[in-house]
Amino acid sequence: MRRIYNAVMHTLFCVFIITLSGTLFAQVTAFTDARIIPIVGPEIEQGVLIIENGVILNVGSADDVKIPEDAVVISLPGKVLMPGLVDSHSHIGNGDGGDASSPLHPDVRIFDAIDVHSDTFKKARAGGITTVNIMPGSGHLMSGQTIYLKLRPATTVYDMLLNKDPNGILGGMKMANGTNPMRALPFPGTRAKSAAMVRSLFVKAQGYKEKVKLAGDDASKMPDRDLQMEALVEVLEGKRMVHNHTHRHDDIMTSIRLSQEFGYRMVLHHVSEGWKVADEIAAAGVPCSIIVIDSPGGKLEAAELRFDTGMILEQAGVDVGYHTDDGITDSRVFLRSAAFGVRGGMSRAKALEAVTLANARMLDADQKVGSLETGKDADFIILSGDPLSVYTIVEQTWVEGQKVFDRANPDDLKFATGGLDVFRGEHYNHHVDFNNN
Amino acid sequence: MKAIKIFSGSLVLLLAPLAICAQNHAILAAKLYTSEGPVIENGVVLVSNGKIEAVGPATSITVPEGYEVHQAAVATPGFIDAHSVVGLAGIYNQKHDQDQLEKSSPIQPELRAIDAYNAREELVGYLSAFGITTVNTGHAPGALISGQTIVVKTAGETVDEGLINPMAMVAMTIGSSVADNFEKPGTRAKGVSMLREAFVAAQSYEAKMANKDSTKHPERDLAKEVLVKVLKKEVPALITAQSARDIITAIRLRDEFGFELIIDGGAEAYSVMDEILAAKVPVIIHPTMIRTYGDTRHATFISAGQLHKAGIPIAFQSGYEGYVPKTRVVTFEAAVAVANGLDYQAAMQALTLDAAKLLKIENRVGSLKVGKDADIALYDGDPFEYTTHVMKVFIDGKVVSSEAR
Repeated sequence: MRRIYNAVMHTLFCVFIITLSGTLFAQVTAFTDARIIPIVGPEIEQGVLIIENGVILNVGSADDVKIPEDAVVISLPGKVLMPGLVDSHSHIGNGDGGDASSPLHPDVRIFDAIDVHSDTFKKARAGGITTVNIMPGSGHLMSGQTIYLKLRPATTVYDMLLNKDPNGILGGMKMANGTNPMRALPFPGTRAKSAAMVRSLFVKAQGYKEKVKLAGDDASKMPDRDLQMEALVEVLEGKRMVHNHTHRHDDIMTSIRLSQEFGYRMVLHHVSEGWKVADEIAAAGVPCSIIVIDSPGGKLEAAELRFDTGMILEQAGVDVGYHTDDGITDSRVFLRSAAFGVRGGMSRAKALEAVTLANARMLDADQKVGSLETGKDADFIILSGDPLSVYTIVEQTWVEGQKVFDRANPDDLKFATGGLDVFRGEHYNHHVDFNNN
Repeated sequence: MKAIKIFSGSLVLLLAPLAICAQNHAILAAKLYTSEGPVIENGVVLVSNGKIEAVGPATSITVPEGYEVHQAAVATPGFIDAHSVVGLAGIYNQKHDQDQLEKSSPIQPELRAIDAYNAREELVGYLSAFGITTVNTGHAPGALISGQTIVVKTAGETVDEGLINPMAMVAMTIGSSVADNFEKPGTRAKGVSMLREAFVAAQSYEAKMANKDSTKHPERDLAKEVLVKVLKKEVPALITAQSARDIITAIRLRDEFGFELIIDGGAEAYSVMDEILAAKVPVIIHPTMIRTYGDTRHATFISAGQLHKAGIPIAFQSGYEGYVPKTRVVTFEAAVAVANGLDYQAAMQALTLDAAKLLKIENRVGSLKVGKDADIALYDGDPFEYTTHVMKVFIDGKVVSSEAR
């Protein structure tokens, strides 16, 4: 009952917010004269984007798209307009990392720990990010449930959910292998033990799933509720994506082996040595979300990190994304990751897709976000120039037809540049204490 | 002084065989940044015996026969990383390759970077391939006095081969990071008190050593010897100070003891620019993309631009990270500073001649000028652009990297 009550109250609240929000929200608005990069399809020199009620009505070239008579027209000559960035792996929101009491806690939800007022959200908006996968961990085999958020202005975490039904699947499942989860008991000490512990838990989840299936509609035959098992059943049923932190080539192969044994859907994250097993990753049909670090190393398993991993994976046919892992890299320079992909040999189109639509696919959100297409959410950014240039700045960030960052506004600008008393600085500390990546 | 002579002597011996077999090169760049004047369109640099033989427009320089020709869209002097820990803080971040911070005592000026620098460390080669040809590297921030730094080329197989200055600076830190690494001091004020005590003791040592009667001299003390060099302004103090109060404290200490001060980090330097200007202190600014937490939480993307505009000398650094990236690349940091308001040419100067002057090595490196070391980087576009590649790098007239990076 409580959950239903919350959901109803949440819906009412959303309606209230929508009513109060900017005049542009319900108004048909046309953004004209910008170069538009829709991600799906070619770039449009003289582009027009038309939005209404937070949704894209139409996008195309000035020659083809008719601007409705009642539309408010915002002309953006010299600017570039592209979809809001989707970050498939971040630690913004002050979500407390992962709990050190156990190596496996699929029951833990970072949903229950997000601070919507965190300055890190403002930082991410300043970087043009509009959708984010916030992860717990990764010092665990299974750090817990991740959360997919839209960077809407928010009073509570409910206001930011990508999946607006708080009883639905709100995120993925964070897993990790390699050296991060290997530590003192009760954590594993070796790679083989790591895999065995994960497999044991999935075997148990298979059993739980079978019991639920056998019980059918007979409540008396249902096993006792088990929060860990419930979350893993969602993984086994393919409803909840596994986001698997992994660096070394053999750890990547172990991740794939386990996903195939239990049949779960998975995104490989970081993949420092993905270039060594690109064909194997492609054959497994597993997408990769890459981290760009300015130099290799920091730990043994990342010593062979390279800028051309994106190119090698792209050429092998892997679906490639980039992520910030904020605070490992800074959300404000997320586009830099795509540009370094191009520096490493990736195609421009795939590199831009890697910070938008490819990541949206990894969050099962590609029907809503990641490209500028009719019917999709009006999440977009306005840039001063080409997205792959260092000199380009994010001027505005829009989420569902609302402007959530405007560099012309000093209150927003300070989160783009930093300054006295802008960032409280507690975010990264936690992350580094746990020595995660 | 004797130590320095020995080192420079061995340097000459080691470089001599290289010079004999050195190839002569001609670099033709559509855009040539010399750091000695305006950009030269269609510029030429001639390299002979490891040194720059000629610089100018193609219209005025003829490439002599036998010179190997290298074409590039852009060429610059090799860039200088004014503060790094590369060669001491290794790529693997394992106990065996982390020599940047000794935690047995918070004050150890006697720790020499020459005794710790690994010229073959992978990250040294990583930097040189990106066109970073000289680094001021050594002991890390995090101790009141963590040890010394050296200035070294990012080439060579031993520390001696690339060495320019075996005792460039003495690295000190004022800030909260010291208390993270040591039981004592636990606070800023205690830390500063301990630093002052060390300098007072060095003053006393210096006075006693000045006694003409050598039988009255105290026992030799390696730590105090180094601090006496600092007091005599033979070696500058590189004080890592991020917050405004720590910067002001560093200047106060400088005024009390009269050493030469270089501010390192300066995350809040933009808030005390008048004081820094009045104190005539240069700032080796934090990496533009440094993480904003702890003492660096108020760092900005616009700091380099603001300091430069105010007239404060700046240089760029890769800095120090406990985790990743194990080294940054100063080109990347300067690029983001330019994107956030730093004048383009000022960034180029800060990476080259300004940094060389700050490190007092401008007679050797920092610009493309006849007689200077042939440290040159070639690019296929604007060196600051994300998508530009460093195509070829020369150190002392030798190609050290020719793989596009």
